[in-house]
Amino acid sequence: MEKLRTTPFHERTSALCQPQNWRKWAGYFAAGSYEHTLDREYWAIRNSAALIDVSPLIKYVIKGKDAAALLHRVTTRDIHKMKVGQVAYTGWCDEEGKLIDDGTVTRLEESTFRLTAAEPNLRWLTMNAVGMDVKITEVTDDVAALSFQGPNTRKVLNIVAEKPVDELKYFRMMKNKINGVEVTISRTGYTGDLGYEIWMDAKDALPIWDKLMEVGSDYGIAPVGILAMDMARVEAGLFMLDVDYTSASHAWIEPQKSSPFELGLDWTVALDKPGYFVGRRALEREKREGSTWKMMGLEVDWVGMENIFKQVGLPPQIPGMAVRGSLPIFVGNVQVGYASTSTWSPVLKKYIALAHLQKPYFEIGMDVRMEITVEHHRQHAPAKVVKLPFYEPEWKKK
Amino acid sequence: MTTNQYDAIVIGGGHNGLVAAAYLARAGKKVVVLERRHIAGGAAVTEEIFPGYKFTEFSYVVSLLRPEIIRDLELPKHGLKILPLPSTVTPMENGDYLAAWDDHNLTRREIYRHSPKDAEAYDEYARVMARAAKAIKPIINLIPPDPTSLSMRDMLGLLKVGQFAANLSEKELYAVAKLATQSAADLLEEWFETDALKGTKAASGIIGTFLGPRSPGTAYVLLHHYMGEIDGAFRAWGFAKNGSGGVSGSILSAAESLGAEIRLNASVKQVKVKNDRAVGVILENGDELQSKVVMSAADPKRTFLQFVEGKHFPDEFVTSIQNFRTRGSSGKVNIALSELPNFTALPNEPALHRGAVSISPSIDYIERAYDDAKYGQISKRPYLDMIFPSMIDPDMAPPGQHVMSCFVQYAPYDLEGGWTDATRNTLGEAVISTIEQYAPNIRRAIVGMQVISPKDIEAIAGITGGNIFHGELLLHQIFFLRPTPQWADFRTPLKGYYFGAAGAHPGGGVMGAAGMLAAKEILKNGF
Repeated sequence: MEKLRTTPFHERTSALCQPQNWRKWAGYFAAGSYEHTLDREYWAIRNSAALIDVSPLIKYVIKGKDAAALLHRVTTRDIHKMKVGQVAYTGWCDEEGKLIDDGTVTRLEESTFRLTAAEPNLRWLTMNAVGMDVKITEVTDDVAALSFQGPNTRKVLNIVAEKPVDELKYFRMMKNKINGVEVTISRTGYTGDLGYEIWMDAKDALPIWDKLMEVGSDYGIAPVGILAMDMARVEAGLFMLDVDYTSASHAWIEPQKSSPFELGLDWTVALDKPGYFVGRRALEREKREGSTWKMMGLEVDWVGMENIFKQVGLPPQIPGMAVRGSLPIFVGNVQVGYASTSTWSPVLKKYIALAHLQKPYFEIGMDVRMEITVEHHRQHAPAKVVKLPFYEPEWKKK
Repeated sequence: MTTNQYDAIVIGGGHNGLVAAAYLARAGKKVVVLERRHIAGGAAVTEEIFPGYKFTEFSYVVSLLRPEIIRDLELPKHGLKILPLPSTVTPMENGDYLAAWDDHNLTRREIYRHSPKDAEAYDEYARVMARAAKAIKPIINLIPPDPTSLSMRDMLGLLKVGQFAANLSEKELYAVAKLATQSAADLLEEWFETDALKGTKAASGIIGTFLGPRSPGTAYVLLHHYMGEIDGAFRAWGFAKNGSGGVSGSILSAAESLGAEIRLNASVKQVKVKNDRAVGVILENGDELQSKVVMSAADPKRTFLQFVEGKHFPDEFVTSIQNFRTRGSSGKVNIALSELPNFTALPNEPALHRGAVSISPSIDYIERAYDDAKYGQISKRPYLDMIFPSMIDPDMAPPGQHVMSCFVQYAPYDLEGGWTDATRNTLGEAVISTIEQYAPNIRRAIVGMQVISPKDIEAIAGITGGNIFHGELLLHQIFFLRPTPQWADFRTPLKGYYFGAAGAHPGGGVMGAAGMLAAKEILKNGF
């Protein structure tokens, strides 16, 4: 009988995971955190080096003469423009221009790509590949992945990897070796900090983990679970499938669906690219007519919130981790949207949220109110609409 | 001495009759339920055929029992517990198996073993079906409008159906249209490539019909069975504590506590008619009971052709009821066991025994089983849907012992040579030798066995033709056509005579909906 799977790093991660707070991620066990509080893990992302097991990410290798053509057709990016070694973040839509999933496309070779996804997409890819000379293989189990995030990660990789990574630019990938074993390293991540993702054969996983931990110990390395990453990704303005949006193929009703424009992915929709791609017509129309919703940042006004708590004799109480629960947002007494994920930002010392707002309330600087619960009573805390990301250190892309 | 004067008489103490009685009693009416057997429950009964081993004799799973009935009648207070039946395992002819577990990711992994494409199609198929089921579900609670009628009520009803159809997306509308016309096999071929997956899914398209998976119209039956899966928190298929007898037991208790009277061993001979109106019944023992209304919770043929003299109905109506298809096609084999059958494909796995095991390795397998039945034979290799009630409710068998419920199709009502002890044994043997292929220890584990043919369903539960739905769920026998055009709203051509059982809209499946809706119709009309 099938059991929930463990990742190739489980031997290490299970020994380190003190709270045993395993989460289910795409059919795998993923460590929620390694320590009982998230502080040190969060700060490893922002201040030193965080080692995050992201092996459960669903991965496909798409290979063949028409590999580029398939991805060009399915995704919203101009895939033909991608150079070998380039990585592109992209969403993909249904015919109505509503987002199905999102992930990264890496051009490993001229006609070999790696696609990551949050959900299985083999059927969708296959349906779009009719008559194409292309082979789509799911490699989720075969390829282990580590997300290595934080300002010290470059230093550690320069010691660990055979070739230095100094020249590896933002959203580029290189072939390299660690422990004499071939890996690919991409300068990508889900934290908005300097960071890399290391892709390796599952059988090579443990020695590479060990090597990174050993060398990294001088640079403040910490194994980091998905809870701390969840805080960092909100600061970085990055959304998550099934938390901040619903896949068009899962939605029960139309309003549950989102377009890439509504999620702020305008920059990934290459309407100028040649030829047909799935959703093109609907996306062109939305571009022309404007979107009725927009995901924006929301900063809760601390003083305003303090005053609400003060009325019951308390200092502000907010959860010390990202909360994946919908919170209504108001202008006056009218609900104009909702926050899908909210979190305390330790680096900014702010209470922030990813907010989905209706036209015309998604303008930067708009004063709104977000529902908070103060001693079992619902209150509206003053907040401001801001640009995403909330936090972007200058070393992220340098 | 009990008086024989009532507001309402309900004929038949099956779950629908009990539900109707409970609703009528709740409205302050003086109600009596007349049950011909020594126990109430109809086809939802649990009996101790072998000492210590309880068989959920006929119906065995619950999915469609209306949640509002559970709430309205406070059934949990009367002992109703619906326990989870979380998985289905299909052993395959090559020694492997296919399983659907309760965890989404485990099921995906499991199907992935057989076909990566099917693993995803499975989810998408479930969503399409669930959307279609969600779309159709409001109809279940709607008294069917007659599209040819111009009465205000029918017009409003049609408007409601129309409105709801307008809410469907174009895609959903196509999906529903396809479901209404395709065969289960055609539909499933569009989605999947794994034989065991197609076979298992197809099986739910033929249950209770005298059709094969390649017969048009069976796709709709698939959808009908999906209804149970979309109630969100209410959750899917379950097994009632104490079996299906637990369901009727709790309704009986609720009905009695609301003041309904239940008379057992009270077989109805005839409905009394005076001035073109039903005014009571005459029992087989000669007793007469008077009432303002009479509701039948028996099958349509008994209700209209046996209890009431034909002269009280229009000829056309009588013909239409005569043509109502009630071909029994399935039987039941209940087995008391000293040990659980150990399936070689997945040995010693308690998760398997806590769910259903389906013998449906392919569509061809089921179609072949149907071929036998078409010509009056018992399927040599039948489709089986098995559960192990003692693994879900430990009180169903003595400690360490087990009971097993095998739904078996096809076992035609009109068996060539007729149903005798010998042919009943043939059915039992077909079941055991089929199981034996996958779980060789079954034969030595048998402590006792009860074989129920469609004839037995008719004789014991009183369902004409032995059809588990009181009439097949064919497209021409559902919604405003059930049981017959113009009379799908629980009224009948005879004033004061109502009909509320599985043969009425919305059909069978231990839903209780027909009984509830009929009672509401009676109360609305006033008496």
